[in-house]
Amino acid sequence: RCPAAAGVTKCGLLRHRQAGGAAAGGAYWVDSQQKRYVPVKGDYVIGIVTAKAGDVFKLDVGGSEQASLSYLAFEGTTKRNRPNVQVGDLIYGRFLVANKDMEPEMVCIDGNGRSSGMGIIGQDGFLFKVSLGLIRKLLAPKCEIIQELSQLYPFELVLGMNGRIWIKAKTVQQTLIIVNILEACEYMTAEQRKQALAKLSGN
Amino acid sequence: MKATPVSNCERRFLLRAIEERKRLDGRQCYDYRNVRISFGTDYGCCIVELGKTRVLGQVSCELVPPKPNRPTEGILFFNVELSPMAAPGFEPGRQSDLLVKLNRLIERCLRNSKCVDTESLCVVAGEKVWQIRLDLHVLNHDGNIIDAASIAGIVALCHFRRPDVSVQGEEVTVYTPEERDPVPLSIHHMPICVSFAFFQQGTYLLVDPSEREECVMDGVLVIAMNKHREICTIQSSGGIMLVKDQVLRCSKITAVKVAEMTELIQKALENDQKVRKEGGKFGFAESIPNQKITAFKMGSAAVDTNNVEEQAEEIIAKADPPSEVFAKPILHTPGTAQIGEGIENSWGDLEESEREEAAEEEGESEATAFECQTVETEETSTMSETKKDEPIVLSDSEEEEVVILEPQELPKKTRTQTNSKQENTSKKAFNKRRKKKRAA
Repeated sequence: RCPAAAGVTKCGLLRHRQAGGAAAGGAYWVDSQQKRYVPVKGDYVIGIVTAKAGDVFKLDVGGSEQASLSYLAFEGTTKRNRPNVQVGDLIYGRFLVANKDMEPEMVCIDGNGRSSGMGIIGQDGFLFKVSLGLIRKLLAPKCEIIQELSQLYPFELVLGMNGRIWIKAKTVQQTLIIVNILEACEYMTAEQRKQALAKLSGN
Repeated sequence: MKATPVSNCERRFLLRAIEERKRLDGRQCYDYRNVRISFGTDYGCCIVELGKTRVLGQVSCELVPPKPNRPTEGILFFNVELSPMAAPGFEPGRQSDLLVKLNRLIERCLRNSKCVDTESLCVVAGEKVWQIRLDLHVLNHDGNIIDAASIAGIVALCHFRRPDVSVQGEEVTVYTPEERDPVPLSIHHMPICVSFAFFQQGTYLLVDPSEREECVMDGVLVIAMNKHREICTIQSSGGIMLVKDQVLRCSKITAVKVAEMTELIQKALENDQKVRKEGGKFGFAESIPNQKITAFKMGSAAVDTNNVEEQAEEIIAKADPPSEVFAKPILHTPGTAQIGEGIENSWGDLEESEREEAAEEEGESEATAFECQTVETEETSTMSETKKDEPIVLSDSEEEEVVILEPQELPKKTRTQTNSKQENTSKKAFNKRRKKKRAA
């Protein structure tokens, strides 16, 4: 960090948001693209359970360390009422603690004690990995990709900020199509995507 | 780093998909991914890409005293390395099971099959022989390293040239490449490995498993065969029980695949040979295309015009609209489509001919024209289904290209902001694409 000026450590687009009514001042940030995830506090991610160690689950989130998740950090669990989590299950949760000095910690519960969509992800469906930039694009408020895809088939979708996406559609075929489209969205322009979807819905 | 574990739902999904005979990337059960072979500037250096799996092979030679029990034979040394950049689970310096297995398989495939004539490597019996060393580095692991490594190995060996030697009495002279042309190795045949992944206790079988499929497979059968249908090596690992006719079926499939692969290798070698002889450019810089991950920021990329369906005179007068060609989804099976992903079929990138074939007809593609008068900034450059690997070209500057009217005429370009360098690269890239289309 330079004392008087800000130096850029990553390459990417510099973006700016004006000071809104509630937000405290504008914000500048660098929109960079990468595939490897670094845990950040408050990020919603999809983790894979690798081990159960007593009271704590160890999850792989794609970072350098495995994250830990206490069994009490689910909605409605107590010491007697444990969550039904097996090794290899998918969990959608949020980082409580994530810095470079400590092992990251996750929870599936928000500040008020409610799960608000977090928790164990269902058994079916498919998980795949994309780059972080694509996830951010998909999570943007008015993302056309998701809207267009939903016209095609109904499906369930969970996006993790660590580059993992979980999809579930009615049949294996449909799931595969959606997976392929999402992976290809990285490199396609809007026009190409519309064409591709038009062809598919025509089928 | 530890490798990412396979989650239960991935495993379940993959097995269900395989039961329905569907693969993640839309291939059929017996389909290989696209193989791309490119050569470096040195003899004996090549990169083989099997889908996204990449293996680099490098051959080098040295004069050494022979082994005492084989005084008239040269020495072959094989080394496979799993680079940490290939997968997060690979660590340098750690002898994993996979590494040992790969090394043994490559050795058996290439050494025991006697594909390289070691007698011809002898210079002075009992004193000096050539030691040929093959190093294979796995650059990216997306499944089926074995096949990619075996192809890289045999291609590198075929491509390699050793210095010429002459023996006069007691004197041995090794000529440098400038004095005398280096001599190729004497290769009898080309053994190539084909891997079969088995699922559900041998009920389902897939050729060329990708990384995810490898994680959920029960076992793998590797057959190394050459084009004369001679099996050089066969290995089954994973503890699966196979029925006799399954093995026979696999060997038949192998024969077919190996024949195709051998043809591809021959063509690649010939192409490279031709390019070197003609003095054209060769090497990795020419043959590996730039892969860009950001679709919208292709500032300096070439803008290619594709063809415009002519509507005759009215278009002559005005500025021609740039045409748009859309990436065609590739329908593998009804309903499973693949859009925009890299399916590049050709190794023809080796010839980077500088000849501006300006008279190249641009009039034979499947483009559709739009009557847009405004400056459209988006142009995509795909032409045929087979050439998806090109970066999707997008210009974000105000560029207009006037396209030729008739197939034989020179393209007239009126541009507002590009410089001539871009024009050249666009033409060159276009020609590259043309060649690909022909080669495909």
